[in-house]
Amino acid sequence: MSETTVSDVQRRRRRSLLWSLALILSLSMLLPTLGYVMAQTGQEVQAQAQQGFGPERATNPRSDMWRGAREGQTGFTTQTGPYVTNTMISNVGETWRQFRMGPLITYGAWLLGAALALVVLVYAVFGRIRLEHGRSGKTIERWKFYERCVHWFTAGSFVILAITGLSLLFGRSVLIPLMGREAFAAYAEIGKLVHNYLGPAFSVGLLLLILMWVRHNIPNKVDLAWFKAGGGIFLKGRHPSAGKLNGGEKVWFWLGVFVFGLIVSISGFLLNFPIFGQTRETMALAQAAHAITSLLWIGFFFGHAYIGTLGTEGALEGMTTGRVDVNWAKQHHDLWYEEQIARGARPQPAEATTAKTGAGAGTVGQPSH
Amino acid sequence: MARMKFLCDAERCIECQACVTACKSEHEVPWGVNRRRVIVMDDGLPGEKSVSVACMHCSDAPCAAVCPVDCFYTTADGIVLHDKDLCIGCGYCFYACPFGAPQYPQQSAFGVRGKMDKCTFCAGGPEPTHSEAEYVKYGANRVADGKLPLCAEMCATKALLAGDGDVVSDIYRQRVMRRGGRPQTWGWQAAYGTT
Repeated sequence: MSETTVSDVQRRRRRSLLWSLALILSLSMLLPTLGYVMAQTGQEVQAQAQQGFGPERATNPRSDMWRGAREGQTGFTTQTGPYVTNTMISNVGETWRQFRMGPLITYGAWLLGAALALVVLVYAVFGRIRLEHGRSGKTIERWKFYERCVHWFTAGSFVILAITGLSLLFGRSVLIPLMGREAFAAYAEIGKLVHNYLGPAFSVGLLLLILMWVRHNIPNKVDLAWFKAGGGIFLKGRHPSAGKLNGGEKVWFWLGVFVFGLIVSISGFLLNFPIFGQTRETMALAQAAHAITSLLWIGFFFGHAYIGTLGTEGALEGMTTGRVDVNWAKQHHDLWYEEQIARGARPQPAEATTAKTGAGAGTVGQPSH
Repeated sequence: MARMKFLCDAERCIECQACVTACKSEHEVPWGVNRRRVIVMDDGLPGEKSVSVACMHCSDAPCAAVCPVDCFYTTADGIVLHDKDLCIGCGYCFYACPFGAPQYPQQSAFGVRGKMDKCTFCAGGPEPTHSEAEYVKYGANRVADGKLPLCAEMCATKALLAGDGDVVSDIYRQRVMRRGGRPQTWGWQAAYGTT
């Protein structure tokens, strides 16, 4: 008796459960379709309403032309010339103006200021990264002559392009109050000329840099460890290992030289050669991409320039004389140094090179280890 | 002070190009540079309209806002002019202008454009009025003689109006009130039907 009632109760419960589920499912599919019913009746109501009005109540067809013009519809014009457009009203210009005069100039200035402040802060807090064991008096070759030539050509053009480019963006608010309109216009004229002719050459420099150094810049596990150790700047007393180029230099290579370089070169090419029928839309977009990327790149460049000169003792001479102190190599690029030694590179006495520079001569004779 | 404005009545413009020719001739504008042009919308279709477009002499001119060397200025009459001695030919005003008014004598590699040239409302430029330099750089200065721009003076159907914005808008308002704003009361559609 009791067993059958229990199973009955269970069956009933299961059946009601199934029915409820089915109901929920069917309702969940049916209810949203109610919208179609509403739309259907709505259309009928609207159609009825429109029948009630005469043509004098409809929208004015004469305004359609102006509406089209306002939306950038093109027309036909008999006039010819490189700058003649058949668009009555182009909308991109005002957008570009708002972008350039607003966020670009405002945030661009903040970005550069923040990057400079960061560099100063790092110098104030962590100071110069010294050679921990002083100079060994022996040097090893780091950059070949042609590599240094390409580096300094690209770096020099970068600085000139940055100064002339920033002058065009910030000159009106910063330089005109100082120099006056006439003097600034004369400078800007030359600046534009230099920027436009040097730009393509800079791009060639970038291409050579990429071809020369891509093999040193393949990321590996050593770079991860290098980042974890704070790159030897932010965590004192830690000496992360690095090959010829460390993780930070690889980021500068891939993000700076490669990605930023590519964007700046392509957009710069579009801006510099307006002879392929680029529209104003293309030019405005190219200018925006060029300016944003350049500002980020210049900010990044502050870091690169700082670390390569003031921030790290003994780093700059690698790119000027081509040779670095053995102790510098051991401290900053130990894996590369070992590899060079294993390949049979012989460190040379530093007299020959340091005698010329003079400044480092005092420490030459006194290796501290 | 009056604010100078152009207005082109699209219901009256017959695309005769007299304004374009007058402008070219009056200011000796070089080949390839067009201070004024006629744009035909819906060309060859019912409802085709033509409009003569030049510099609109905006109150808040985008060209003047983006100019890196700040070479634009607005006269007391609300005419937007620029100084060709300062212009570096960067092309920014051309990108910013909604009406395609700024023009350049050249378009070549390395962004060489020459000095920007645009409609001056026949008001010359910053050089001494009626000087040779003013004529060569900016064209005739009719406003200094108390005359209106030649394009509007030349307009046979009085579609293109130029002058004090208040007067121009009054004339246009009277026209609209007389003819009605709708196609079935005035114009092609009223005469020949809606197709």
